[in-house]
Amino acid sequence: MLALTIYLSFAGVLVLALLPRSLARSARVVALLFALSGLGVALAGFISAGTSASVMISDLAWVPALGIHYTLAADGISRVLVLLTGIAAVAGILFSWKIGEEEGDRANEFFAFFLALIGGVYGVFLSVDLFLLFVFYEIAIVPKYFLIAIWGSTRREYAAMKLALYSFAGSAMVLIGLLAAYTAAGSHTMNLQELARYPFPVSFQMWAFPLVFVGFAILAGMWPFHTWAPTGHVAAPTAASMLLAGVVMKLGAYGCLRVAMTLFPHGLDPWGFSLLGIGSWRTVFALFAVIGIVYGAAVALVQNDFKFVIGYSSVSHMGLVLLGLLTLSQIGIDGAVLQMFSHGILAGLLFATVGSIVYSRTHTRDLALLSKLQLGKAMPFAAVLFIVAGMASMGLPGFSGFVAEVQVLIGAWSAFPAFTIVAGIGIVLGVAYTWRAMQRAFFSDVPAIAENGQALPVPEYEPITWAEKAGVLLLVGTSLVIGLYPRLLLDVIAPAVEALPHALLTGGR
Amino acid sequence: MMPVLTILTVLPTVAGLVVLVAGRAGVARAIAFISAIASLAISLWVWFAIGADGAMKFVERSSWVPGLGIEYHLGVDGLGALMLVLSSIVTLMSIAASRKVTQQPGLYFALILLLESGLFGTFTALNFFHWFLFWELSPIPAFFLIKLWGGEGRGSAATQFFVYTMVGSVALLLAFLALFVATGSMDFEILARMASSGELASAIQTHLGHVSLWLALAVLLGFAVKVPLMPFHTWLPATYSKAPTPVTMLLTGAMSKMGVYGLLRLALPIFGEELSQIRTPLLILATLTVVAGAWAAVVQKDLKRIFAYSSVNHLGYCLLAIFAVAVPPSGSPALALTQTAALDGVVLQMFNHGLTAAAIFWFLAMLEERSNGQLGIDHFGGLRKPAPVFCGLMGIALFSSLGLPGLNGFVSEFLIFRGVFPLSWLSATVSVLGLLITAAVILTVIQRVFTGPLPERWVGFPDLTTIERVAIVPALVLMAVLGLAPQLVVGTINATVMHLLAGWRL
Repeated sequence: MLALTIYLSFAGVLVLALLPRSLARSARVVALLFALSGLGVALAGFISAGTSASVMISDLAWVPALGIHYTLAADGISRVLVLLTGIAAVAGILFSWKIGEEEGDRANEFFAFFLALIGGVYGVFLSVDLFLLFVFYEIAIVPKYFLIAIWGSTRREYAAMKLALYSFAGSAMVLIGLLAAYTAAGSHTMNLQELARYPFPVSFQMWAFPLVFVGFAILAGMWPFHTWAPTGHVAAPTAASMLLAGVVMKLGAYGCLRVAMTLFPHGLDPWGFSLLGIGSWRTVFALFAVIGIVYGAAVALVQNDFKFVIGYSSVSHMGLVLLGLLTLSQIGIDGAVLQMFSHGILAGLLFATVGSIVYSRTHTRDLALLSKLQLGKAMPFAAVLFIVAGMASMGLPGFSGFVAEVQVLIGAWSAFPAFTIVAGIGIVLGVAYTWRAMQRAFFSDVPAIAENGQALPVPEYEPITWAEKAGVLLLVGTSLVIGLYPRLLLDVIAPAVEALPHALLTGGR
Repeated sequence: MMPVLTILTVLPTVAGLVVLVAGRAGVARAIAFISAIASLAISLWVWFAIGADGAMKFVERSSWVPGLGIEYHLGVDGLGALMLVLSSIVTLMSIAASRKVTQQPGLYFALILLLESGLFGTFTALNFFHWFLFWELSPIPAFFLIKLWGGEGRGSAATQFFVYTMVGSVALLLAFLALFVATGSMDFEILARMASSGELASAIQTHLGHVSLWLALAVLLGFAVKVPLMPFHTWLPATYSKAPTPVTMLLTGAMSKMGVYGLLRLALPIFGEELSQIRTPLLILATLTVVAGAWAAVVQKDLKRIFAYSSVNHLGYCLLAIFAVAVPPSGSPALALTQTAALDGVVLQMFNHGLTAAAIFWFLAMLEERSNGQLGIDHFGGLRKPAPVFCGLMGIALFSSLGLPGLNGFVSEFLIFRGVFPLSWLSATVSVLGLLITAAVILTVIQRVFTGPLPERWVGFPDLTTIERVAIVPALVLMAVLGLAPQLVVGTINATVMHLLAGWRL
């Protein structure tokens, strides 16, 4: 049933592409209907599968001569991420509701690219055949490019090209690794589960693992390959930023876990020698992850563009996901997957607040300018919303971020104690940059006095629309529900993590 | 039995003669068009009739020059038939794209049809004697088409094209004359059989001495120029960019495949052993072709030159796979499977590149018509706004060239990489760079031409007319169909490739 999410999205692309231009104004309605039905299917699939292990969805021979099958299946991790994609898609469309109100917006094209991206993402999360996974992974790259290059803002052409080239470079590395694995395992299957059972020689895994891991981690925003992320997030239109940070970066982390770590668990073993105290790829990448956590947070602390703050915070949060994966422990990986879900929701919420609610009314994202606008008074809804989203993003108990981060840190504590302390610094910095952005944007002490000495009136802005309220409700509600009752997701994630290859969960030695 | 292949080959020439006397532009084009549709119908019928056992079908054989033992010998397998279909499609597209021929339209269309005959003959002949006739016949109309209807600097481009091709052809001719001296035969099937049993090497040894490697090199040179393999590509950018765009469609879409076809039909079956001896340097050159071809496209400013180099890159993958396949058999079934995959990829890539490159140059022709001949990448920008349909449809062709999954190019390139990687992981890994650079090239073109600020003078840029849309859409649909359901053609290709491989001695 979950396969319908893919087909519905691509059906939406077709309908939108063929929509006559006179109906461009209703493109958003069409897109919302398709996204909602996708979310409905994702939710139904999530509920009906319960806590069961992997659910086979479809298995057809595609190019039999090469052992390529059209195989879709969903274990707990996939089901959680598919649900996230559904929510992010609906929220993204709600926050792009203005597109299509004016002539020349090309709303049908915008939403067609949007749904194509969503369809590709669903496909990656559900593919079990590596060829198929790679196909969907590549399909997801192109719409991102157009969403940014056509509808973006700040240096959009540069950002779009950079993002596309980083993505293609990553997928080229993945391609080499996949072909190597396929060849080494006897060239008869591309099925991930079957390949995972094949005992690749350790020396082979030692080079294939970092290749594929980095190929995917580029998209997850791993330091030092993260530079596409802030520029891309800032240049992208709001809905695309929400998707980029919300689900596309998760594709990278998902690939790291599902492909690199599952196929080559011994790539995480110690090298047998140590260089500057680093003795395995696991330590190298954990170090990168920790640097990402601290560096992302530190850079976010000094940004003046509101969107750059959120962009760098995504790098920081994705560092936690990668750190959680590399703990190679049940609790750490549980936490990482939950963090993927949680960050997907919260990054969407933050980008929506900054890009859609604030920017569309004030037309500036410069914190120095925003600080003079008395937004706390003029736009109380946005102020409260940012406080809520910021708190959740800092990892305040009660929201989804807290449960996820705690689990990652517990897992990391036993695996890399020193790194955990550094990651803790990153979390403190996270409080600092959120606090600073909140202060500057909404509660500035700058006196609202004009040059002639008179007090400026509080500016008036358009009221918050129903679409924005609905989107906020969806995202905040999800984060609260998961924060208060994380077992909803954890009970689904845990069996899937347990079912990962034994060598992975006991790896690193 | 009806001599289908002979009829197919002769038909365009006859139609060309009619066109020549027709005179008026509209009539000439209409006759050429009808003839091209008839050719397409026949070649499609041939493709569907050959079945999936990989053997030669529609064989025609009759004695021709009995004194020399030369037979008129025709036949097609999956490879030949697919190339017939491709040639028909590309010719049809080229004629459809030639809408503004004012000067001597009769001669123009007659030459295009003559070129089509040359292509058909090359892809069906199984005896060197008349194969070479067609091989040589096809550059002559191309030469005149460039020389008479080309852009600025056409004279030297035409000459360069002709001289290069001729040098390659002379090398081919000398090699096959030597083979004839040694064996008394020019029949591909006989020569291939002798090569696979080892008789050929000893025959060359007794009659000519230690020259078989030189003969292989001469044959290789003939094809290397045609495809082209770097460093024998220098004729190509000038030729492709100076030729009238519909002729470029034929050159890159169909004629460049003659070289790849020759490698599969002549070079590997007859000189497989020699090629496997010099495999390493050949692989280096093929990798260079892939990477440097893509890189050269990055620095071009003219759209036609960009896609000329991009063609070099795309056919480089074919060369890469062909040379990678030339390894002595080890008896392992995995090796055979890998070689089959690589060659499946080559044959499919020949078709895909032909279709995609012809479509891209067709779009360039339409762009050229609207911009009064300007095709510099910096001359445009923001065309998406005035001409969304043009940009959307050309975008599909561009993404097919980029190798986006869901479109045809991805499948064949994936097959090639899947096959080459186990045979030569280093060249496959380096060649991945070619994919990456191509992606950058295509995205740059999209960025500079379709998006960005719209210059004042293109504000009224006309979008595609209904006729243009109807004309180009079938080609784009075919790209999507082959991308989503490659098994529609891979089955027949696979049977042919296995049949070919079984007969080779590498």
